[in-house]
Amino acid sequence: MKPGLMALLLALVMFLPVASHAAPLRWASDAEANVPFVFHDPADQSRLTGYEYEIAQAIARRLGRQTQFVQNDWDGLIPGLQRGLYDMVIDGIEITPEHEQGVLFSRPYYMTTERITVRRDQQGLDTLEALHGHVVGTLKDTTAERMLQADPSISIRAYEEETNAYTDLKNGRLDAVLLDGTIALYYGSPDPDLKLVGAPIGQVAYGVAFAQGNSVLRDQVNAALDGMMRDGELHRILARWKLWTPAMAALTGDASTPEIAPDAWDHYRAATAPTTGWRARFDRYVSFLPLLLHGALLTFAVSACAMVLAVGLGLALALMRRYGPRWLGALATLYVEIVRGTPLLIQILFIFYALPGIGLRLSPFVAGVLALGMNYAAYEAENYRAGLQSVARGQIEAAIALNMTHFQALRFVVVPQAVRMVIPVMTNDFISLLKDSSLVSVITLTELSQTYVRLSSTYYDYFGTGLLIGVAYLLLGLPFVRLARLAEARFHTGRQRQGHI
Amino acid sequence: MRADQVRKIFDGHAVLRGISLDVARGELISIIGPSGCGKSTFLRCLNFLEIPDSGTVDIAGVTITRTGGRWTRQEEDAAHRLRAHVGMVFQSFNLFPHRTVLDNVMLAPVRVKRMPADEARAEALALLDKVGLSAMATRYPDTLSGGQQQRAAIARALAMRPDVMLYDEPTSALDPELAEEVLSVMRTLDNEGMTQLVVTHDMRFARAASDRVVFMDGGEIVEADDPDRLFVAPEDPRTRRFLRSVL
Repeated sequence: MKPGLMALLLALVMFLPVASHAAPLRWASDAEANVPFVFHDPADQSRLTGYEYEIAQAIARRLGRQTQFVQNDWDGLIPGLQRGLYDMVIDGIEITPEHEQGVLFSRPYYMTTERITVRRDQQGLDTLEALHGHVVGTLKDTTAERMLQADPSISIRAYEEETNAYTDLKNGRLDAVLLDGTIALYYGSPDPDLKLVGAPIGQVAYGVAFAQGNSVLRDQVNAALDGMMRDGELHRILARWKLWTPAMAALTGDASTPEIAPDAWDHYRAATAPTTGWRARFDRYVSFLPLLLHGALLTFAVSACAMVLAVGLGLALALMRRYGPRWLGALATLYVEIVRGTPLLIQILFIFYALPGIGLRLSPFVAGVLALGMNYAAYEAENYRAGLQSVARGQIEAAIALNMTHFQALRFVVVPQAVRMVIPVMTNDFISLLKDSSLVSVITLTELSQTYVRLSSTYYDYFGTGLLIGVAYLLLGLPFVRLARLAEARFHTGRQRQGHI
Repeated sequence: MRADQVRKIFDGHAVLRGISLDVARGELISIIGPSGCGKSTFLRCLNFLEIPDSGTVDIAGVTITRTGGRWTRQEEDAAHRLRAHVGMVFQSFNLFPHRTVLDNVMLAPVRVKRMPADEARAEALALLDKVGLSAMATRYPDTLSGGQQQRAAIARALAMRPDVMLYDEPTSALDPELAEEVLSVMRTLDNEGMTQLVVTHDMRFARAASDRVVFMDGGEIVEADDPDRLFVAPEDPRTRRFLRSVL
């Protein structure tokens, strides 16, 4: 048990949030598959980039503060803001009346329009009206989605990731994609199989989001944005990303057309250009390895710690139910039923986002381990209960007759036998826990599955990256299978003769 | 060792109707009787694996008197003290299958008596030698014959240095030649002065090895006497009927 405990402590220390003295500006975004907003540079996955990344840096510079980036899943961005995990969110969040009810917005830092993207051979679907009766993809909870909802004959597919929408368009599952000009430019236009059609539609404004009531920071950021518009810094950033639009000229009153090379756009296009030849492909996969290793380590750390918790808590629950006083047994039963009867995803989100409401703030790692561990404990408890039941009554009697207390009888005689009996089932559960650990990506942890999303969507390569990630999971699971085999072999004392009376 | 008016009721059915028995130090007493007569229950009441409803048990100076009511924490503590003087051997051996024979014998002295492991091991090996199992110390119980397992169980009970040994049909699960291995160990212990109570169906053993034989029927002691008298000239017709059916 000691090495396990060590690993747990080590992991806790590694992942606890680091307290800082200078109070940096903590800002969040979902950098997974989020071109051109905030994303990992395809040429160097350890580096963040994106036009909004640069805007965030510029704002912080003007405020005289360091930045601290917090990765969070798109769905968790606003809850995390309300929880105080970070000070602001910059992630192409549209300023809409609905959004304004939940957060405070800065003035718009970017204006764009909606664009229709279709397959290269597609004709005619170049206006909102022409989409009538077609299957159209977009991102969920966006202005584009609301535009499509205005025509009930349109069958809407609302995605979480823009890459998935464009991939489905190419695969023929969609007739068209309606999305922001920024996204269409980076995902739709470079693809030789796709084309942007028709005139820009409507207008979308992006704003920096703050927690309700944080008007102090909001005003500071507004001032910084004002400055960036006046002295042309915003223009320079956007032009480098090929994102300067007439709407931006109107917004900033900046009609100049300086010679600014779109070097950020060029860099991105070069880094993501389809690789030709197995050599280049191989090199690219090799470049994934550090990222894969990092994801695998996190997946392993979360799973291993959660397993230790699940085994301990599960055993305690099983003992309570079988040997504890009635009220305690009922409590344990209630726990098992509640945990087994609700989705793990909800439990993770609840522990991370809801518990701070009652004063319990947990780091993402601890929250993830706790949620997974407590969830699996319920299943382990059932396994142990079966194991305990299968230990013959005579075993306890023999222990009691040897003057052991009930506790000693459980500890030295019953539990060790029950554990040996449930080891095969436990192995299965642990491998399934390893896979379920991917759910902790919703609370800002970039583990193996999230790494897959990031890499595959950056390179449009779901196949090769998928195989890599699959192998990584198998390799992670292998030690557990092996360990369980060893344990089984070691504990195999056979029970063939046990019941022959 | 003394039992006085021990009564036990299961589901409204009186299993023990007031059993009283005095046992002198070093005695070997066999308890015989038809199935369901309560002899096993009586034995298990002596170390409180079953809780008698009323009556007194007194072993090696620990006295527990029950007068009905719930089994209390204090009574359980007293029972725990009492069990320190009582070893028990079961029909189905009940060795711990996840531990070697040696570990089975060492476990209770180390965990309950906090005996140093070296000392416990030395004692355990000596006991295994005594029951003829020194070669089996590192084996797991399921690799042993029934007779060997039961001898290991005796060694395990002896390791706690009891004053009294209780045997609940120790040879019923064994073939006759294997049973003999076990019975000879019990005879050796008798010669060394151990106080032993044996619930048994083995009339030959009861007659040849016992100092006294107790015949139980319907939850009562019908007759308790010297084996030669009880087997040759039983006083009670119920004893006679039983002996006729089994001999």
